[in-house]
Amino acid sequence: MRRALQYLALACYVAFLGFPLLWLLGTALKDRGELATGGLVPLSPTFENFGDAVRRADLVTAAGNSLVVALGTTALVLVLALPAAYALARFRTRLKVAANAWVLVSQVFPVILVVLPLFLILRQFRLVDSLVGLTLVHAVYALPFALWMLQGYISAIPRDVEEAGVVDGAGRVRVLVSIVAPLLAPGLVATAMFTMISSWNEFFFALVLIQDPAKVTLPLTLARFVGAEGQVQLGALAAGALLATVPSLLFFAAIQRRLVSGLLSGAVKG
Amino acid sequence: MTRAVERVTGAPPDRPPPPTRRRRADAWPLVLPALLPVALFSVYPLVQGMYLGFTDARAGRGVVTRFTGFDNFARLLSDELFWSSFRIGIVWAVSVTVLQFVAGLGLALLLDAPLRLRWLARTLALVPWAMPPVIIAIMWRLLLNPNHGALPGGVNWLGEFSTALPAVIVIGVWAGMPQTTITLLAGLQTIDRSLHEAAAVDGAGAWLRFRHVTLPGLRPVIIAITTLDLIWNLNSFALVYVLTAGGPGGQTMLPMLFAYNAAFRYGEFGYASAMGDVLVVLVVGFLLFYLRGQLRSAS
Repeated sequence: MRRALQYLALACYVAFLGFPLLWLLGTALKDRGELATGGLVPLSPTFENFGDAVRRADLVTAAGNSLVVALGTTALVLVLALPAAYALARFRTRLKVAANAWVLVSQVFPVILVVLPLFLILRQFRLVDSLVGLTLVHAVYALPFALWMLQGYISAIPRDVEEAGVVDGAGRVRVLVSIVAPLLAPGLVATAMFTMISSWNEFFFALVLIQDPAKVTLPLTLARFVGAEGQVQLGALAAGALLATVPSLLFFAAIQRRLVSGLLSGAVKG
Repeated sequence: MTRAVERVTGAPPDRPPPPTRRRRADAWPLVLPALLPVALFSVYPLVQGMYLGFTDARAGRGVVTRFTGFDNFARLLSDELFWSSFRIGIVWAVSVTVLQFVAGLGLALLLDAPLRLRWLARTLALVPWAMPPVIIAIMWRLLLNPNHGALPGGVNWLGEFSTALPAVIVIGVWAGMPQTTITLLAGLQTIDRSLHEAAAVDGAGAWLRFRHVTLPGLRPVIIAITTLDLIWNLNSFALVYVLTAGGPGGQTMLPMLFAYNAAFRYGEFGYASAMGDVLVVLVVGFLLFYLRGQLRSAS
């Protein structure tokens, strides 16, 4: 009896979580006639919506922009975060407290406060409406969390390994590059992917900082596409939404295990 | 920029040995390259943004602004739209957080039990986490479309005065539940099984064990995740912006949407920042509550 109730509840959750996704997939695969009828399963599945989406909303340009920004953000974040995270994990300085406090602060303040001055600063540098400006902003906002994640991974590396390097006469940077970094590879990959997903999904800064249609990112294009939502466009909209989700789902699938296990160990220690 | 769960559980553990003077000086060149851009593009704008709330900054006027004291705040207090968005923001943040917590705890308990379908639920529980909020909004708009959507009856759920707010709340729960669930699941797995067994031996039923073993064991995680959820929900923007843009008739005008409109539709940077300042005060209040809870559970 109790088991049966548990399965019933689980089935409800699966339906609640899964149905919208199935609906999206179904809509993307429907042909024009079927879109009007509103059934879940497409009777004559077609991929024409995907082609439609790519042509109409100019998804290729937007995806290219998103990719450039996401890659740039990730590169910048890793270059800045690796040495800083190493220092924060290995040296006891007041910086460490400040950095960890900033991680929390960066997570809780309303972005509207920061985006207005940023808009003004970037305008002075002529970086509004520029992918470089957006990359910079994404990097700065991904940095605190990347620092935090990397610190955790670095702390897990035994110090003895480094001490050996120091004894052999290698300098700090040398130790970092040739001893710590290779051991840190899985953590670096996870941090990189998390940063990429954040940038790929980010909407607010892009909305405020980018106006030029040639420079819009994928979430922006799709959000504008919704405004034009009409009977004929439903399928294309769904197809576009699916296409835009695929990269972050793939990244996410790749780091999922690591993310969840990090979470579990964090909870155990906290 | 991204919600991150791991931080709810506290700073990464690490106890370095006492450092030498030489080492401390060594840290700076490594940290500085990261520190400078954060200071310039994050700390400084935040402080400046908080200050803008006390000025008459407008779009086009650049950084040359006049200090106007509490004028913006006085105007906020007499602005009906402010009060309604404030009220809607609280209703939204509290309902989403509570529902997210109740549903998330239920799902976490199920995922912790040895059931057959749980791998599917576990996978599904993670998917919304990776989806851009804009895509989640688009998906639900397609689903709730009155003409071609999934629900019968032709109700325009997102477009009717009476259903718009409840509809965006349900969607908010869908989008935010994964994080809550996974965090609670992580918390559940830290609870010592032998406590449950001991309670069972003493004749405690499922409810009593939940009440006296599970809940107390989860306490720190519950306080952390609900506080952060509350703050995140209060600050949320993208999902509802794409779902309804605050409509119909302002029924879903969250504080961040109000501030966005003030700044980028009407160019009132100072006024928008004042709304941001109000949010900061609320958030700091929640944080103090959170820290107090953390301290209490630590002692």
